[in-house]
Amino acid sequence: MYRYDEIDEALVRERVAEFREQVTARLSGELTEDQFKPLRLQNGVYLQLHAYMLRVAIPYGVLSSDQLRLLAHIARHYDRGYGHFTTRQNIQYNWPALTDIPEILDQLADVEMHAIQTSGNCIRNTTTDPYAGAHADEIADPRPWCELIRQWSTFHPEFSFLPRKFKIAVTGSPEDRAAIGVHDIGIRLVRSEAGEIGFEVHAGGGQGRTPRVAAKLADFVSQRDLLAYLTAILRVYNLAGRRDNLYKARIKILVEAMGAEAFIAAVDEEFARLKRDGALAVPSEEAQRIAAHFPAPAALEGTPPARRDLPYRRWLARNVKPHKVAGRRIVVISLKPYGGTPGDATAEQMELVADLAERHGLSEIRVTKEQNLVLPHADAGALGDIFDALEAAGLATANAGLASDIVACPGLDYCNLANARSIPVAQAISTAIQRAGLEEEAGELTIKISGCINACGHHHVANIGLLGVDKRGEETYQITLGGIADGAAAVGKILGPSLPADQAVAAVVDVVAAYLDQRRSGESFIDTLTRAGLEPFKEAVYAQ
Amino acid sequence: MKAVTANRLTDGRVVYLTADRRWTADIAGAAALEGEAADAALEAGLRDVLTVVGPYLIDIEGGAPAGAKRVREAIRLTGPTTGSTKVKTKESA
Ligand code: SF4
Repeated sequence: MYRYDEIDEALVRERVAEFREQVTARLSGELTEDQFKPLRLQNGVYLQLHAYMLRVAIPYGVLSSDQLRLLAHIARHYDRGYGHFTTRQNIQYNWPALTDIPEILDQLADVEMHAIQTSGNCIRNTTTDPYAGAHADEIADPRPWCELIRQWSTFHPEFSFLPRKFKIAVTGSPEDRAAIGVHDIGIRLVRSEAGEIGFEVHAGGGQGRTPRVAAKLADFVSQRDLLAYLTAILRVYNLAGRRDNLYKARIKILVEAMGAEAFIAAVDEEFARLKRDGALAVPSEEAQRIAAHFPAPAALEGTPPARRDLPYRRWLARNVKPHKVAGRRIVVISLKPYGGTPGDATAEQMELVADLAERHGLSEIRVTKEQNLVLPHADAGALGDIFDALEAAGLATANAGLASDIVACPGLDYCNLANARSIPVAQAISTAIQRAGLEEEAGELTIKISGCINACGHHHVANIGLLGVDKRGEETYQITLGGIADGAAAVGKILGPSLPADQAVAAVVDVVAAYLDQRRSGESFIDTLTRAGLEPFKEAVYAQ
Repeated sequence: MKAVTANRLTDGRVVYLTADRRWTADIAGAAALEGEAADAALEAGLRDVLTVVGPYLIDIEGGAPAGAKRVREAIRLTGPTTGSTKVKTKESA
């Protein structure tokens, strides 16, 4: 893993000391709430329905055992014993007192963590494939490039007040697991015919009120030119992006308004200027220095223990993925027990995962945008022990990628902006699907729920999406079908009028059942939907 | 009727303004007011910048949140509903 140098450490400590003073000034009345609010937001502190919320950055979703233990400690001592892992591979605490937050940030700094750039109109935490550096299909490990982007974008003076927030995702595999098509910038590592590794760059994707799939800007940007190219995109956006209308301020609106061709021309012009200047060229020694922090794990001898018990075998088949190195496996730890809150983990669960990673997986953990945890380098020979420990802690639900592996934003149970609740609906759907016994047969299927059009629950890019809509004081849910997050990203289509919660839950089960009725051999949900259209699903939901 | 609610500055907890202009976590202690009296209470709440953040008026009836925002305000009052699944499915209904 990347280790902070003195510059990182000093920056973070200075920021914590500054925030401690700002909190004191707010409490004494020296700062008004209007003055304080932007300052607390810059430190990841939101005010939600019941309490403050602290969002802690997990750079590209990578954690060490020590870091996860500290996150557990914060949950236990400053919160209500749990934390919530988010679709942006971060963690949120829902109950910290404002007066404790400077101390929490100080403790986070002890393990090289912080809450900087988790809010505001800046470049947010870069996200990536949770299987980075581990999956067999990888062209190259994206983490060193995420780290380079982190260093370049942290406190970037030119890009601290963009028209809106800005999110970058990177994938190192041909099979995109980072949803690069729906980010402000999406980067895919590619290999040229000459064998050189570089970047295919997309921009202008996003979700929210106006979901758009990103346009491809460049087929191949060299390693040396990555930061110059990203800077060129950000500059064009920073200058031409709209600041007069919050809903039209994201880069997706600019790319659409200019047209992809004109946008690319503007980026290319700026890029040519930056290349001539040369200051942003990435020296190969620097790229190598960063890459040295991410060594390939050593091969091991073990193989997964053969056992007769069905729960273990099911888990092995569903939650354990192949690794590029012999004797290791990728283990997905589901934070989606049937009827549970998606993405929540207790302090004890976090500590257990930290211990398992330390004992059997090079002390490394990942957070996924599906709100699960991953042991990316698990010892294959220890999988039996890992399963037993996870099962005892309620962490061995064998549903990774299945219908009950539901993504849900905090919704109206916590969030100030929500129209409707997300979590109870996710809980009810997962219970109903389990009861109906449909999920094994249905196979991989994504269900995602957002409590409002900000789409933190990524409902637009779910095979089955639910969006909370306030209809004259009643919580209702609009259902969309056909969204895809990874690979050939697509935005779902609205099935019909929005439904109250109980009917929406039943409708999701009906949609899954209709898929099983309609499915031809080998078809995924998307295949069936593409062939049969929305009609049979509409019929299943609205005909009664 | 209206009541003034806000979040406490130090920890963000939900509070309501009482008749004697103190803040309480118990909605039963909230002053239920109408018209100018409600506006005056809100004004007083807004001035109390060292105790609370973002005071505003809510509708209440019989000591409970009412009106178009009643679901939101009920959740603010009693906490997240995620501990037990309150949405019933067809089968369980
Ligand atoms: S989608 Fe809306 S309700 Fe859900 S967390 Fe985001 S802002 Fe809140």
